[in-house]
Amino acid sequence: MIDYRMPALGADMEAGTLVEWLIHPGDKVKSGSIIAVVETQKGAIEIEVFAEGTIAEIVVPVGQRVPVGSVLARIDDGGSSPPVSAAQPEIATPIAQTAEATGKRFAPLVPPPLTVGATGTRPKVTPVARRRAAALGFDLLHVTGSGVEGSIRLADVERGAQRRAEPTRHVAGYDAAAMRAAITAAMSRSKREIPHYYLSETIELGRALAWLEASNAARAPQDRLLPAALLLKASALAVRKTPRLNGVFLDGEFKPGDGVHIGWAVSLRGGGLIAPAIREADKKSLSEIMSALRDIVERARKGGLRSSELGSATITVTSLGDRGAEAVAAIIHPPQVAIIGFGRIVTRPWVVEDKIEARPVVAATLAGDHRVTDGHIGGLLLANIRDLLQEPDNL
Amino acid sequence: MSDAAASSFLRLTYREACKQALRQALIEDPRVFLMGEDIGRYGGCYAVTKGMLEEFGEARIRDTPLAESAIVGAGIGAAIVGMRPIVEVMTCNFSLLALDQIVNNAATIPHMSGGQFAVPLVIRMATGGGRRVAAQHSHSLEGWFAHIPGLRILTPATIEDARFMLLGALRDPNPVLIFEHVMLYNVEENLDPGVCAVDIDHAKIRRAGRDVSLIAYGGGLPKALAAASLLNKEGIEAEVLDLRVLRPLDTAAILETVSRTRRCVIVDEGWRSGSISAEIGMRIAEGAFFELDAPLRRVCGREVPMPYAAHLEDACLPQPEGIAAAARELVAPS
Amino acid sequence: MSRIHLDHAHMRHLLKEMIRIRHFEAKCVELYQAQKILGFLHLYDGEEAVSVGAMQALTAEDAVIATYREHGQALARGIPPSLLMAEMLGKVEGCCRGRGGSMHFFDRGRRFYGGNAIVGGGLPLAAGVALADLMQGKKSVTVCFFGDGAVNEGEFHETLNLSMLWRLPVLFICENNLYAMGMAIERADSETHIIRHAASYGMPAEEVDGMDVVAVESAARRAAEAIRDGGGPHFLECKTYRFRAHSMFDAQAYRKKEEVEAWRKKGPIVRFQGWLQDNHLIAEAEIAAIESEVDREIADAVAFAERGALEPVEDVERFVVMKEVPA
Repeated sequence: MIDYRMPALGADMEAGTLVEWLIHPGDKVKSGSIIAVVETQKGAIEIEVFAEGTIAEIVVPVGQRVPVGSVLARIDDGGSSPPVSAAQPEIATPIAQTAEATGKRFAPLVPPPLTVGATGTRPKVTPVARRRAAALGFDLLHVTGSGVEGSIRLADVERGAQRRAEPTRHVAGYDAAAMRAAITAAMSRSKREIPHYYLSETIELGRALAWLEASNAARAPQDRLLPAALLLKASALAVRKTPRLNGVFLDGEFKPGDGVHIGWAVSLRGGGLIAPAIREADKKSLSEIMSALRDIVERARKGGLRSSELGSATITVTSLGDRGAEAVAAIIHPPQVAIIGFGRIVTRPWVVEDKIEARPVVAATLAGDHRVTDGHIGGLLLANIRDLLQEPDNL
Repeated sequence: MSDAAASSFLRLTYREACKQALRQALIEDPRVFLMGEDIGRYGGCYAVTKGMLEEFGEARIRDTPLAESAIVGAGIGAAIVGMRPIVEVMTCNFSLLALDQIVNNAATIPHMSGGQFAVPLVIRMATGGGRRVAAQHSHSLEGWFAHIPGLRILTPATIEDARFMLLGALRDPNPVLIFEHVMLYNVEENLDPGVCAVDIDHAKIRRAGRDVSLIAYGGGLPKALAAASLLNKEGIEAEVLDLRVLRPLDTAAILETVSRTRRCVIVDEGWRSGSISAEIGMRIAEGAFFELDAPLRRVCGREVPMPYAAHLEDACLPQPEGIAAAARELVAPS
Repeated sequence: MSRIHLDHAHMRHLLKEMIRIRHFEAKCVELYQAQKILGFLHLYDGEEAVSVGAMQALTAEDAVIATYREHGQALARGIPPSLLMAEMLGKVEGCCRGRGGSMHFFDRGRRFYGGNAIVGGGLPLAAGVALADLMQGKKSVTVCFFGDGAVNEGEFHETLNLSMLWRLPVLFICENNLYAMGMAIERADSETHIIRHAASYGMPAEEVDGMDVVAVESAARRAAEAIRDGGGPHFLECKTYRFRAHSMFDAQAYRKKEEVEAWRKKGPIVRFQGWLQDNHLIAEAEIAAIESEVDREIADAVAFAERGALEPVEDVERFVVMKEVPA
């Protein structure tokens, strides 16, 4: 039997509120199954389980706020513990009752229902159910009714609305003030605790951008690459060669990452910053990286990020984009040990075989945790990035 | 209440409760007198008035010839002029012979006279089926009478109501018809000694519940309670509302229970079409439509002149199993 | 007092009472045809002697129950024509606030208990009123008017039986005008001598010339006195005739014009007034004066009614359920 605990979804997350269970006891799960939604100061996040088995017991009810590390559920992974009984235990109204305290009404969940009214007729809905659906802004289509003559009744609406409405409700809920507070806490802590050193390298991108243009000409519009993909891939490959910059500093010691998971910094509308991870970035193709970039930017802005994305970056890359400054001296995101920065791609005079030419260049910077690395290692990283960007074919 | 009038037994039958009510009325108010067929020497068709002729005399316990119209009409005339007659129509089946007097005189004179006269008349009638006495002796017409403005219709279903509703009726300045269900006369219950009066306006919740409201009256009340017991074993908590008064209906109580449980089964022994259950259902639709989480249901008398054979009669009347089934279907549809 | 004092005052009174009824009914016809009186209108022309004669035997403590053909009884009982006119015009000043109309006059102070549109429907009521008076120790007589048609209704028989059994102080007065709506008595009654029905219940009964106001008064006084003396119910069959149709909407296909004319010639006013004149018991000028007094009364009554107000619709349910027994 495995204890499934409240994960830390960010450096400064201390507790979270379980706002929705997406599974029932008895459901089978595997590694990567999303099993619940947790509300944090950064917004609502879906959390995954990394075990395979059957949900044995739900320990924390909907609506309850628990510290990171609290047992949320128990999963029977076929281990030495006694087997879970086959009968589905009651998720009784006590769960709904507890939720009352938070002002929300949640009911036990059911798997996605089939469409009602297969003949094309209007579904039957009881008056109070219709009223409640209207109040919740809940669409009655595709709801199976459990009432008389298959009518959709109050319980069906409350169940269905809660299941469906929750994600979008949470999306709207990036609390700017809470996020600002979180950033403040993290950055303050970083500056307080981490002795930063800074290095920079100006990298010429003529060849890289020419390659990009040619490559894009052959691609469909939605598949086209942005320079960011090249920068990210180059960073990932370079980081692989300097593993001492890829990992976390915890409990007084450096712990290397189990892969190169680039945290890509995304700024949010209305202020706020989030850096979801693109896992195994060094092993992804440019196309995959581009897709991943698009995906996480969109999901980051809509609030559909997963815990594994937020908690698992081994190093962060922050690219200011074409409206940012020329260079950035970034602040390391604890507990990581380095952060790579890219400024705006600008056209500058460049010496090519003793002649001065206008070339596109970008300022690449590294901030490193001096407790773990020194300028020598950092310099190696930047040199590697520079070299990789001169051979775009190999990215 | 005078000592003589106080019930000296705390446990009595419905029949005995009716009798004690009549005795109390006669003792307390000299204007009260009884008229009816075989209420005196015979002691009453259902033995309600047994011994009362000896106790109160012929002037106040008046045996009448078989003349329903004249008896009821005389009751109306006497009431107009200051007496408080209690007319017994042996059963509601015979009240049809007096319908003209009830509808065209008792119910209308206050209005027709522009308020010059009240008709403080009480008519008691036995009602209902279940005694294997066939079509002409088994009607449940209280719902019919509840259609007539000017009348108050009472359906005491408990011993307490049988004991005390009559006294309330006597205080009402309007004609009051009291329907005593034939299957209730032998029922025995304890009377709360602390109660000496009841209202004749409101319905009462006889069993609190959560999942469905069973709305019943008169002979249907024990059946609804029995149905609630059956449902309780299945984890369905039925609330049972005793209407007590069919006219004026306690609409507020009806809407309150249905708005809470959101499901309703109406129990009515009368024939289904155009019965009082239709009126109740319509009031729920009018006043609590948006609270409903299931269609309205009713369990009524089957539309057949009551048959004699026992199994046929039982099939024609609402029964606890049928009521429970209707409620079950609303709460946990199969 | 079974003997009548036929002094001048009384004779004038009897004549005026009958003329008032006759002129009142004529005014009703006029108003009905002008659609100011609506619904059913049953007129009393020809029967005046019965009401007027009977009322002479009653005191204020006695009670009266009549039928839908009640204008005569109501006027003879002393209900002001203005209240009756206002009632028929549907005004709130009417004796029943416009809720009853021509068929349902009630007057509490004058112990006038309707006005009943159901043939025979008033008889049980009369028994009840008499019963109550008896039980309350009063010496009142309840006079119950009804027509020959009611004699065939069950309630007639039930009530006569019950009244005799309990010796109720009821004076049953049957106005036999030979027709029950359009049904002639010989076509409807196996026994056309109505007093025999009363006799079959053991009830003292008398047949009276209903066109003779003095005869009616005389018989009524005798019967009322007997009743007051504890003689139980009595029955008078007054043979009379109605000159007008059953109601306004009646083609009278069931009787001949000649028959009506023949009866008019021996009508109660013709006979009494003629007798007074023949015997010089009344002057022409007096008759003229009576008529003009009566006409002014009726004109005032109509004016009163026309000035009257309509009951607000919001009050229509006010007396369906009484809040208390009126004191």
